[in-house]
Amino acid sequence: MRIQKRTIALILYFVLLLLPIYWMLNMSLRTNADILTTFSLIPTDPTLKNYLKIFTDASWYSGYLNSIYYVTLNTVISLTVALPAAYAFSRYSFLGDKHMFFWLLTNRMAPPAVFLLPFFQLYSTVGLIDTHIAVAISHCLFNVPLAVWILEGFMSGVPREIDEMSYIDGYSFPRFFLTVFVPLIRTGIGVTAFFCFMFSWVELLLARTLTTTDAKPIAATMTRTVSATGLDWGLLAAAGILTIVPGALVIWFVRNYIAKGFALGRV
Amino acid sequence: MEKWPDNRAWFMVIPVFLVVAVSAIIPLMTVVNYSVQDIFGPGQRYFVGTEWFEQVLGDRRLHDALWRQFLFSGLVLLIEIPLGVLIALAMPKRGWAASFSLVLLALPLLIPWNVIGTIWIIFTRPDIGLFGATINTLGLDFDHTARALDAWVTLMLMEVWHWTPLVVLLAYAGLQAIPEAYYQAARIDGASAFAVFRYIQLPKMRGVLTIAVLLRFMDSFLIYAEPFVLTGGGPGNSTTFLSIHLVKIAVGQFDLGPAAAFSIIYFLIVLLFSWLFYQALQRAGTGDK
Amino acid sequence: MARIALERIAHAYRANPSTDDDWALKELDHIWEDGGAYALLGPSGCGKTTLLNVISGLITPTHGRVLFDGVEVTESRTEQRNIAQVFQFPVIYDTMTVYENLAFPLRNRGVPESRIRERITEIAEMLDLAGDLGKRARRLSADAKQKISLGRGLVREDVAAILFDEPLTVIDPHLKWQLRRKLKEIHSTYRLTLVYVTHDQNEALTFAEKVVVMHEGRVLQLGTPQDLFERPQHTFVGHFIGSPGMNFVPCTLAEGAVAVNGTRIPLDAATAAAAAKATGALELGVRPEFLGLSDSPQEGAVAVDIGDVEDFGNFKIVTVRMSGRTLKAKVPEDRGVPTGRGYVVFPAGMTRLYAGGELVA
Repeated sequence: MRIQKRTIALILYFVLLLLPIYWMLNMSLRTNADILTTFSLIPTDPTLKNYLKIFTDASWYSGYLNSIYYVTLNTVISLTVALPAAYAFSRYSFLGDKHMFFWLLTNRMAPPAVFLLPFFQLYSTVGLIDTHIAVAISHCLFNVPLAVWILEGFMSGVPREIDEMSYIDGYSFPRFFLTVFVPLIRTGIGVTAFFCFMFSWVELLLARTLTTTDAKPIAATMTRTVSATGLDWGLLAAAGILTIVPGALVIWFVRNYIAKGFALGRV
Repeated sequence: MEKWPDNRAWFMVIPVFLVVAVSAIIPLMTVVNYSVQDIFGPGQRYFVGTEWFEQVLGDRRLHDALWRQFLFSGLVLLIEIPLGVLIALAMPKRGWAASFSLVLLALPLLIPWNVIGTIWIIFTRPDIGLFGATINTLGLDFDHTARALDAWVTLMLMEVWHWTPLVVLLAYAGLQAIPEAYYQAARIDGASAFAVFRYIQLPKMRGVLTIAVLLRFMDSFLIYAEPFVLTGGGPGNSTTFLSIHLVKIAVGQFDLGPAAAFSIIYFLIVLLFSWLFYQALQRAGTGDK
Repeated sequence: MARIALERIAHAYRANPSTDDDWALKELDHIWEDGGAYALLGPSGCGKTTLLNVISGLITPTHGRVLFDGVEVTESRTEQRNIAQVFQFPVIYDTMTVYENLAFPLRNRGVPESRIRERITEIAEMLDLAGDLGKRARRLSADAKQKISLGRGLVREDVAAILFDEPLTVIDPHLKWQLRRKLKEIHSTYRLTLVYVTHDQNEALTFAEKVVVMHEGRVLQLGTPQDLFERPQHTFVGHFIGSPGMNFVPCTLAEGAVAVNGTRIPLDAATAAAAAKATGALELGVRPEFLGLSDSPQEGAVAVDIGDVEDFGNFKIVTVRMSGRTLKAKVPEDRGVPTGRGYVVFPAGMTRLYAGGELVA
């Protein structure tokens, strides 16, 4: 009986978890006039009009492309710089290693709001405002420390005898790193990529500040739903639902690794 | 496992250092620079020493925002950590049900933060929202745009909805890492379900719960997008947290000096409390003096 | 303390076992006598841990009955069976002191605190833990942690049996023998029923009075270490026990004797009669220790080529080849070894006949 109660509680929790998302889905399938006039638990007259508008209007769908572009860029940059650094932290002791590691982590604690203005000035000075690379680099502030932290955990789990054996076998460092070591920690790289993607995808404050039109993220585009007649709730909801889709796809692919990544006590 | 001593390892760290330095050190220097100067325009700046710091530290609105922030973060920790652990304990341990539950749990974590706010506006509005309409039908007058308490309730609901899954995932991973033999030994020793929780599960979750507390403290303390979208800091200033206040004075009023001084104080508070939590949790679990 | 009987026990982890392979434990009957020190020996995956968990109640068998002193406990939960178990990796309660760890099973059962103190004082003395009672358990070494696990079983006076699941896996080699000796000492003091699971024949043979050899979910033999050595019931037991393992050569039945490569080796009357009825391929088995080696042909000797001779100090292992098949002979250091051509002798009384893998007797 205890197990059953437990399951019921869990199911109840998941229902509550999905309810707000369901409600947005419900709204997204109705026209704004319908939403404002009738209150209904299910869309009585479902329409894809809102989605159609987003997919046909370049100012809408370019928002998605921008977001996906800078998120991917950020994930690639974060992994590229974090891999060798994480290897250094997991294998070598060097002058100031602990301080460096701690300093990296403190950046995870910095309020993004603090960096708004300096970032804007910095990127204005170098002429990078409203570019994807500006957003990707600014997101490195919290993603690179995170990537180093997670990867270091995975790398420390690989016995150092493997490195030693490879050097004895005459492997050069780059060859060893790319052909032996990287394949060994591919789970870790997957988990890291997942978290870089996630945090870059959900962040908006910096992304919005550093862009105006060309690289504007989708989440910022959503403020456009306010028109002369008030908010278009249906359109807003449809845009919201579409921002969930990439995340949901990513989770589905990495579902078996999530728990493993967390289990290392990192993140 | 002694690490190999080799200072050439720095070459591998340099790319990370450069990338993060661009995003962290240069802006931080700018902030420090602003915090001690009064700037009227290009070339017109005066060194004002600690004036901005004094002004900010004496600012009533900042004090209010700070207490609000502590209250918020405190409530977040008090609700989300126990709730997250309870849910993790109820999670299926293996099979398709486990994968399915994990996917559902991770869903709110991958929604852009301002969309979270949007979801909750739609969900809680008295006219079109399921939650708002239901509460009003029950005879309770609920409107988060008008009443401070309602705004807080809505914010807390949203925050718990959004972030408890992270605590669940961490706690679940901690539970999964406990070898089956511990449960078997506990059964043999005649331990009650509570004793299993108290003496096996809780101690083994110490590491992941430390991380959960730290992450939830930091992120709730830095929260911006969700309340900004949901309440805009209102009604009045009732949900104006530190980040919202900071953006108001920096971007809204363009008071760069006080904003910079505020930023530095803000950063230091987060650092200090993260460190305190870390130390406390390190000791709590081990029982060491 | 109890006599544990397993009646027609079988277990499958899958819900609907169809093929033979689905059964982790094939149907078996077995009795563990009260106060016996048993070893459960077999390679990894042979079902020995499953069998152990059936006894402790961590697994409810798919069918069959478990009886403790004649009382059926098949459906009883572990905590009702008065079993103690020591696992492969030390299980200790991290946040507790050694004393609290040892007191835990008693406190859970509501034993008065004064009695707990008495028991712990006695058991800690026995296990050489008396000086560590106030320490945090997680700070101790692996062997001390295993002693705590064992101690949590010993403090309970009503314990029916203590089960060990490869308890020395993580112990330093030089401490293993100390801990094993401690176990024997405890056994002789308390006369508890002990069941010790291992895949290491040395551990099994030195620890136990009776050894149970398992393979692929079956119990192949129960016997004293001497039985296993001299009369393996199954060719697997012959292979598995001994270093090197038993030699087996195919043979054919020939009028009250067997023929190996055309050489007649006489059988005693009883074996010959049983062999006539046996089915399956016939094999002759002899331990390297008993395989005679001679440089001249004689009655019942089979011609072989002498191969490598490895010297181990006080004995030598000689590899010989008999028409494509290798045999090993263990000969004392002072005995000469023929070179080139030689003859092996299968001594009567130490040579066993197997049909389809089973001992013919």
